[in-house]
This record gives sequence, C-alpha cells and structure tokens, in this order.
Amino acid sequence: MPITKKDVEHVAELARLALTEEEKELYTGQLQRILDYVETLSGVNTRGVPPTTYTVPERKAVRADTVIGSIPQEDALSNAPEKAKGCFRVPRIIE
Amino acid sequence: MKYETVIGLEVHAQLLTDSKLFCGCRTRFGAGPNTQVCPVCLGMPGVLPVLNAKAMDYALKMALAVNCAVNKKSVFARKNYFYPDLPKGYQISQYSEPLAEKGFIDIENLGSARRIGITRIHMEEDAGKLLHGEGPDEEGASLVDLNRTGVPLIEIVSEPDIRTPDEAVSYLKAIRDILVYLEICDGNMQEGSLRCDANVSIRPAGEKKLGTKIELKNMNSFKFLKDAVVYEIDRQTEAVESGERVIQETRLFDPSAGVTRSMRTKEEAHDYRYFPEPDLLPLIVGEDDIEKARSSMPELPAGKKARFIKEYSIPAYDAGVLTAHRRLADFYESSVRLFGEPKTVSNWVMGELLRLLNEHSKDITDSPVTPEKLAALLKLVKNGDISGKAAKEVFEEMFTTGRDAASIVNEKGMTQISDEGELARAVDEAIGRNPDSVEKYRAGKTKLLGFFVGEVLKATKGRANPGLVAELVKKKLS
Repeated sequence: MPITKKDVEHVAELARLALTEEEKELYTGQLQRILDYVETLSGVNTRGVPPTTYTVPERKAVRADTVIGSIPQEDALSNAPEKAKGCFRVPRIIE
Repeated sequence: MKYETVIGLEVHAQLLTDSKLFCGCRTRFGAGPNTQVCPVCLGMPGVLPVLNAKAMDYALKMALAVNCAVNKKSVFARKNYFYPDLPKGYQISQYSEPLAEKGFIDIENLGSARRIGITRIHMEEDAGKLLHGEGPDEEGASLVDLNRTGVPLIEIVSEPDIRTPDEAVSYLKAIRDILVYLEICDGNMQEGSLRCDANVSIRPAGEKKLGTKIELKNMNSFKFLKDAVVYEIDRQTEAVESGERVIQETRLFDPSAGVTRSMRTKEEAHDYRYFPEPDLLPLIVGEDDIEKARSSMPELPAGKKARFIKEYSIPAYDAGVLTAHRRLADFYESSVRLFGEPKTVSNWVMGELLRLLNEHSKDITDSPVTPEKLAALLKLVKNGDISGKAAKEVFEEMFTTGRDAASIVNEKGMTQISDEGELARAVDEAIGRNPDSVEKYRAGKTKLLGFFVGEVLKATKGRANPGLVAELVKKKLS
C-alpha cells in the first residue's frame, strides 16, 4: 500500500502533530518501509484463523459495583496548567 | 414531488450504578466539580480499567427487553478523538463486536402499531462536562468538570425504520419507559441521563436508496426532538426541491430559535481509528449472566398495558396512562386489590391523584395518599356515607395533609345525609319556599325536579343524598 505525503498530513492532523515539510518527507519514506515490512504477513494464508487480539486466556474480568472513592479536587487539578472554579481551564471550545 | 422521511435514533442512557464503568468513583449527579474523579477516569498513565459487573447486568436487561440477541463475546474498543471533556484522548466504547444486536420494539403511534428494529446496544463510558465560562475571567475559556467521565452508558441504535417526527417521539418514549421500568436509568432528559441523536434523511416516495443523512444533536426533550426533526425535514425538502444537494453533516438544534445549525468544526471527517482496547479483556457473557438478568426483569410497559386491558376491563387509554410509570401501575393495582371496581379506581387515579401529583410536582412514590387510604375513601362513597362531590374535597385534603378520609369526614361534618326523616323536612321546606315552582311542576314542567334537588342540596350544604332527595320530591309533588 503506497503511503503518500497526504496520508502523513492526515494522520499528523488527527494526532495534533505539527510537522515541518522535511519531516513529512522523511516520515512518508519511513512509514512506507515499515508498512512494506509488515505487509510480509499478508503472504500467510490466515483463512479461518481468528485474529489474535488478546494473548491471555479469555475469562470474565469484572468488579462489583462498589464505590471506592475518589481523590481530592486539588490533587485532581494539580497537573492542570490552568484552573478555575474547581475546573480545568482550557481555551474556549465553542464561539 | 412527494418525499419520504427516514429517521434512525441513537439513544444514550446513563446507567444507575453506584460506581463508574471502569473505576470506583461515585456517579452521583450534582457533586462539586472534579470531586468524583480518580487516576483511572482522569486518564493518568499506567492505570487499568476494570468493568463494573452491575453495568453489564443492566445492559443485558435492556438487551433482553428489546428482544436483542446477546453476543457471548463482545469487545471494548478505543474511539480516538481529541476533545477537552475526554482526558484519555479516547473513549472506551464497543465497535465491531457490541454487547447485543438485532432487536426490535413495537410502538404505538396514532393508534397504529409499528415495529422498529434495534440495530445494536453497546456499552461505553460517558465523557466529562464542559462549562462555558461567564464573567470577565472566563472570557475565551471553557471549564472542564470530569465527574461524569467514566459514568456507564448504553447506546441503543435503531434501524432507519422511523418515518415521521411523531413516530420518533413515540419510539423515544417507549425506550425511556422501558429503561425506567427496568430501573436501570432515571430517564431524565433535562439532566442528560437520557440523550438522543437523530439521523434524518429524505428520499422521493417509493425510492429504495437512502438519501444523504444529517445527524441532529442537542435535543434534550421530546418536544425538541420533534421540533428539530420537523425543521430538518422542511429544510431538506426545500433544498432538494430547489436543486441543491444535502451535504452530510452534524447539525445542532437551537431550541430558542427552533432551527438546526451546521456544526462547523475543524475536525476532519469522523476518523476515530477504533481499535480493540488492550487494557480490557473481551467481555464474556455466560448463560448464567443472561439468566440472572432475565429472572430479575419486571413486567414491561407494553405487556402490562395489555394485561390491564384484559384483566381489569378498562379502556386502552386508561391502561396506557396507568402503566406509563411502573410505580403508578403498582399503586393502581394495590388500590384495585383493596377496593375492587377497576374503572372507578382508574378514574380516581387518573383524575384526582395525577392532577394533584402534577400540581405539587410530586412523584407517585411520594404520594401522601396511599392505596389503603384511597380504598378507604372509596368505601365511604360506596356505602353512601359521603357524596362523590364531597369525596373529591376530602381527597384533596388527604393529599395535602396526609390524613385519612374518615377523620376528615368526621371533623368537617361532611357525612352525607341519608336519613329520610331529616331529608323529608328539608324537602318540605324547599316546597314551602317555592309555591310558584310547585304549581309549574304539577302543571307538567317536571324538569323542575332538578331545581328542587338543588334547593335541598344548598340548604344542607351539599350533604343531602341527591338520589334520595329526588325520590322524596317526586313522591311529595305527585
């Protein structure tokens, strides 16, 4: 599958990465090589084989609906660059 | 040209668990901002989510209630997007392998029954809440409260089987009623514990292919859902008729203007890059889980309504009103068990009780009048101790004070006068006071019977038994 510069720009936009023109060129080539390498797997016949999404044995892993409690508000906000009124403060989302 | 509207609804319901979907934070509505959060729901590195068993049980109940097939194995997936109400940068949801699929519900719209398909039900976590600041400090800022982040949701996706705005409302009401009956969601659209998006498109009547769909958001009441869909049908019809193309987009309903507006976001077309959530094992649902959910399910609204019509021989309308809320239906059934006469009880519950509950903004569970007290009042009426008119007054007093009927009747001297001697005296007086009317009556104007009964009632402050009075008047004037 050929990777174009447009693909790189799209993925960078989704990941909120600001790339320079040189980086875009560089990553286009690098991503192409990575994908070509992984493409080797397509040569294997996997018809009828379910994808191995999980490598540990499947079992039910649930917890009871019990309130354990939370952390104090000031701890929750301690990493926030900006805060106000007990909230994280971010640039306005809607006009 | 005639157009057909095609509507599908996506309903999000908050589940009434004590703790969040993947962590032990409390889910209670209305706590101070960011006080019900922990490293898991804040999206701190290195934490691991663990599924809440009760959320699964609740989701299974809904799946069974709307006739879905439950997948023995479903998979949680990460839905990736950036928004400040989503601290992890992804929402844990289910995508290609949801909890349940291929169900349906039968709804009633304008007297006719319709079957609406349910595509799927999946579990996911809620996002946080954005507050758009006011005041000079918050100009240009939004505030983020993450208490809601991680609260369990189920998303119920319908097939595009809905054809009219009214049908959309009927469907949403039916879904809400089922959720509330199951006691897995409080169904409050204003507080956002029940939310609804609508996919709306139009196509020429008879056309099989679907038109371009518009996703409508921000409708937090049944009325707004209807208004938004009505507006959207008009807008799309106008566009198509003037030769424009409908562009696929998300539009927000603006309730104050009654219009939908395009959400101009810079976000590129939906590209959520879903992938299986590596921190959670697939959800394995056993026969025992399904059996547990099934065995604790209450009778559902549609079934209860049908049973009420059959068992109590009451009109479909009554049965519909009485079964709209599970606790109201319980109240009705208890009252009938105590008093009998299902239609009489229905009239009182639908009339006086619901009126007063509405006026006092009270829920049936907070009703000061219990089924026992209502039955006792109705027995007084049946025995002729008080008149039906007085009973309404007594009922209102019972409702506002919580007292029982007998004590109010005794205290106010409202007992109906059924003693013939006493009534005969009152009748004689009325006859004596109105010689003209007596003459006219005797001359054949028997309609004046009502006048005499009225006179006696007035004189006895409404306590005279009107049936007996009428008989006495007839006898004396014949």
